[in-house]
Amino acid sequence: MITVSNLKKTYGQTVAVDSVSFEVTKGQIVGFLGPNGAGKSTTIKMLACYLPPTSGGATVNGFDIFHQSLQVRASLGYLPENVPLYLEMKVDEYLDFRGRLRKMDRATRRKRMDYVTERTWLKNVRGKTIGHLSKGFRQRVGLADALLHNPAVLILDEPTVGLDPTQIRETRKLIKDLGGDHTVMLSTHILPEVEAVCDRAIVIAAGKIVAEGTPEELRASRRLQARVLVECRGPSTEVHAALSRISGVANVEMLDSEHPLDKGYVVAAVRPSDGRDVREEVARTILNQGWALREVRLEHATLEEFFILVTAQQAVAR
Amino acid sequence: MTRVITIAKRELFSYFTSPVAYVAMTLFLLVCGFLFRNDFISGRPAGMRTIFEWMVWLLVFIIPVLCMGLLAQELSSGTIETMMTAPISETDLVGGKFLGSFGFFVVLMLPTILYVVMLRMFSHPDLGPIVSGYLGILMIGALFIAIGLLCSSLTRSQVVAAVTSSAVLFLITIVPWWAGSQALLSDFWRGVTEQMVFTRYTDFSRGVIDTGHIIFFIVSTFVCLFVTVKVMESRRWK
Repeated sequence: MITVSNLKKTYGQTVAVDSVSFEVTKGQIVGFLGPNGAGKSTTIKMLACYLPPTSGGATVNGFDIFHQSLQVRASLGYLPENVPLYLEMKVDEYLDFRGRLRKMDRATRRKRMDYVTERTWLKNVRGKTIGHLSKGFRQRVGLADALLHNPAVLILDEPTVGLDPTQIRETRKLIKDLGGDHTVMLSTHILPEVEAVCDRAIVIAAGKIVAEGTPEELRASRRLQARVLVECRGPSTEVHAALSRISGVANVEMLDSEHPLDKGYVVAAVRPSDGRDVREEVARTILNQGWALREVRLEHATLEEFFILVTAQQAVAR
Repeated sequence: MTRVITIAKRELFSYFTSPVAYVAMTLFLLVCGFLFRNDFISGRPAGMRTIFEWMVWLLVFIIPVLCMGLLAQELSSGTIETMMTAPISETDLVGGKFLGSFGFFVVLMLPTILYVVMLRMFSHPDLGPIVSGYLGILMIGALFIAIGLLCSSLTRSQVVAAVTSSAVLFLITIVPWWAGSQALLSDFWRGVTEQMVFTRYTDFSRGVIDTGHIIFFIVSTFVCLFVTVKVMESRRWK
């Protein structure tokens, strides 16, 4: 549904987006991740036909963003970053206006307005002036506008910013439900969101794509395997030595204990050299040495670690 | 075409929710009221010549205020992004904005019909010059709005838009009028002043409907609108 080939955007000497290529297939929900200034919004604005690319191209729903801009915009639902709205209009009036702009006939407009205001919890504020609504409500008006004409492709720039936790959960559920029928591309900083909602993630940093794949693939690809955390009562250096001697252990790191008042307790992070679960060996080693074992826990690699690692590498490369 | 109407309706509606528009309208009508007194003195011929001619001066300052936000506001608030990512063309946008403002301008002028009514009540005014005077005002209004819209498209700041369009309108209206009254002008410059707005307009207020003048106003309005469309289109290339 979305194919991007060597899309590039430069502002004078600054390269905002550096020959980016990726694909989003029909029905997928793809998360576009990256630190601030990475080029996420710029790429998204180019796909939405708001900014022209300096070179390269892209197609959305089969239409070229440069040569068939009107068709792209007709099949796209777009939620911009700061949700700009006409503050003097009422919610209903605004949605009606947007529906008319998209040449929806009155019956369809009415039906869709009822549907989108229901799904974005705007039913109670339909008659209110947008300027009088809080940021969370305004965000939802923007989302309702993006969904209004039932577009084939949805591009959402940070859709859950400004919402309270309940609403965030419901919005993510809404986006997840949209997948399948609609193709969704959302840009976000919030990593749990990607893990919860997206089928695939594309990580961009400093204008380049640094990683692509399902959340599990990304975690695995950088070989951020789970660490085993063990808390026991014993001398730090000896614990370190004992654990390092276990076969299959790549390295052992002594961490600061969470309970500083508990004298004598140390926490070690054991990283296995391959994907093995070394909890049993660790527990056995500690007990054989006679140290009191308090906790053995498997710490899953998080997408956050991966994100930081990957974007830091890019920063260094620059 | 329906998109143009949709945008025009929205623009017209937003005027009525804007305090600036009400203030401008009140001031305009207040000053017109004072000016009308000059036409309404017993013994004077029953017409609206004075007021029509003064109205143009007023519009030079009022219309920039009414038009300053048309595109500048969208550019500064970011709503231009939601507009330009909808399936509309720049022509739709500019056309809609222009028609919406012109609609408000007509609403602004409507209360002045009261003056005509008052003249009819107390005398037998010659309606010909009055009708042509209104025609002239509408044509001037259209041109001024087109210029105001163009200036609004060039900047994010409403103040800059207002000041620029006032300056342009001043230059094409008041300066030539003043220059024309100076005796020492070469033939070339005198020719230039005659091409400008005020000289053409005074014919309307006298009751003369000259097709040359009509064409001037229509064409120059369209030229300004065309340039505005191009300015908006150029943003897609940056």
